[in-house]
Amino acid sequence: MKTLLTILLASSLVAAAGAREVKLLNVSYDPTRELYQEYNAAFAKYWKAKTGDDVMISQSHGGSGKQAQSVINGLEADVVTLALAYDIDAIARQGKLLPADWQKRLPDNSTPYTSTIVFLVRKGNPKHIKDWDDLAKPGVSVITPNPKTSGGARWTFLAAYAYALATYGQDDAKSLDFVTRLYKNVPVLDSGARGSTITFAQRGIGDVLLAWENEAHLALKEFGADKFEIVSPSLSIRAEPPVAMVDKNAKRHGTLAVAQAYLEYLYSDEGQEIAAKNFYRPRSRKIAARYANQFNPVKLVTIGEEFGGWEKAQQRFFSDGGVFDHIYQP
Amino acid sequence: MLRSQQRGVLPGFRLTLGYTLLYLSLIVIIPLAATFVKSSELSWAQFSQTVFSPPALAAYRLSFGASFLAAAVNAIFGFIVAWVLVRYDFFGKQFVDALVDLPFALPTAVAGITLATLYAPNGWLGGWLAPFGIKVSYTQLGIFIALTFIGLPFIVRTVQPVLADLDSELEEAAASLGANRWQAFWRVIFPMLSPALLTGFSLAFARALGEYGSVVFISSNIPMKTQIVPLLIMGELDGFHLARATALAVVMLVISFLLLLAINLLQWWSNRYNATNPA
Repeated sequence: MKTLLTILLASSLVAAAGAREVKLLNVSYDPTRELYQEYNAAFAKYWKAKTGDDVMISQSHGGSGKQAQSVINGLEADVVTLALAYDIDAIARQGKLLPADWQKRLPDNSTPYTSTIVFLVRKGNPKHIKDWDDLAKPGVSVITPNPKTSGGARWTFLAAYAYALATYGQDDAKSLDFVTRLYKNVPVLDSGARGSTITFAQRGIGDVLLAWENEAHLALKEFGADKFEIVSPSLSIRAEPPVAMVDKNAKRHGTLAVAQAYLEYLYSDEGQEIAAKNFYRPRSRKIAARYANQFNPVKLVTIGEEFGGWEKAQQRFFSDGGVFDHIYQP
Repeated sequence: MLRSQQRGVLPGFRLTLGYTLLYLSLIVIIPLAATFVKSSELSWAQFSQTVFSPPALAAYRLSFGASFLAAAVNAIFGFIVAWVLVRYDFFGKQFVDALVDLPFALPTAVAGITLATLYAPNGWLGGWLAPFGIKVSYTQLGIFIALTFIGLPFIVRTVQPVLADLDSELEEAAASLGANRWQAFWRVIFPMLSPALLTGFSLAFARALGEYGSVVFISSNIPMKTQIVPLLIMGELDGFHLARATALAVVMLVISFLLLLAINLLQWWSNRYNATNPA
């Protein structure tokens, strides 16, 4: 008994003298569970080798907007990895927890990986869905979440609108008519991306699911590639889910260095490879080339070029009385 | 003004009243007041744009309508369940009794997902109903079923103890004085149970109004059709419009308060009526 105590005491002393244990909280959005599970383990190993410190990373997942609101209200996130820049902008603007120019601090608009919106259809594509205009045809049933409660759905809506603008020569009235016809074909507007995947894949509702590219691949993996197939439209949007350090929280926790390294390591070869393995499009050309057959080439527009950034897009499309509300009002 | 109604055996009126006020303030009044304060950040134009928008009006109709209907149906069938549990002895009674509480314990999201799966066109029950053209999941009917599910225990658990206290001698007395079975129920038993039934009804109704977790899974959440008010509030929160979200909440609170007040008045009136006009 006595020796056991001595050993325990000695080992705790050694631990205290050598490795520190650092805690990090990453507040993220819904579909990144698998990605960060893998990445956290890789980063902990890297950090241990580099500094000798043990890093314990906790994850919190939920709808992107709700997660941002929680951070504003005091959830002690050291880093946030959310679905859209607008949500991190809100943390900067309302919570004043990081500088307003946060998006310039890391390469590529602080988005180490990107994604896009693709179509998941039933095997054999019985309704011959090839592109956005097929979704607005009568008799096609489309599953997508509600843009008012889901970040992913906002990207989807904007992708559809961007396609309409390109097709109808930038005519807003015709584009509005197009998205109206498309959303009339939506029988269920789930509140989040996972909800829509379940509605489509498990309940067998709808002919096509508009999904995050990574979510579509995950559904193939989960439910079997013999049930569904992925269709890439001619044009889609480059969804940039950004990452940022929450300076004020990290400073208070004394985790500035490790939080910074955590985000930077996402850009390393290993970080990029993990992103690609989880079906996010990596920024690194080298890794992208290695996973090229996994991602169909699609013409991608960005929210900055097409809609003048999130602030404007949010106001115009998704606020009260905005474009999305018009769809449902006679 | 602050006086206990009569001198009790146990002291401590001031202490307990002080505690009650403090506790209610912390738990109920302060959060509610904060809701009102937050919503007052909006100008009247913004406020009315949010709370009188066509999707909002449609959502109030749906939320209050479905909640009222669900509570009403529960009042009838929950009453029967309570009656059976109190008046009869049968094998497995304890089990059935425990079953009633399950909707309390089950996380509402689980209830929503389970119900949606059951009633989906490819689900156990939904597949059976589909040939008749009856759709449940993703319709208003689905919302009603979810709200009925979560409201059931409120009626049963409020009626049960009152019913248990009711002596069956009362019915025997009524019968011996010439009342038929219907009269014995309607003129003797029902008036004594109606306050408990009303309480259960208002609890189930209030609970259904605030329900979010189960409904979002079984509803198709289409604006103007199957969108409940709590979902609209979540939508505002996701756009970082906290003040607009609280504006909708304030409207819900005011209407709910008025309705609950009306139910309480009805209860008070029926108590007085019963006291002055014994059946």
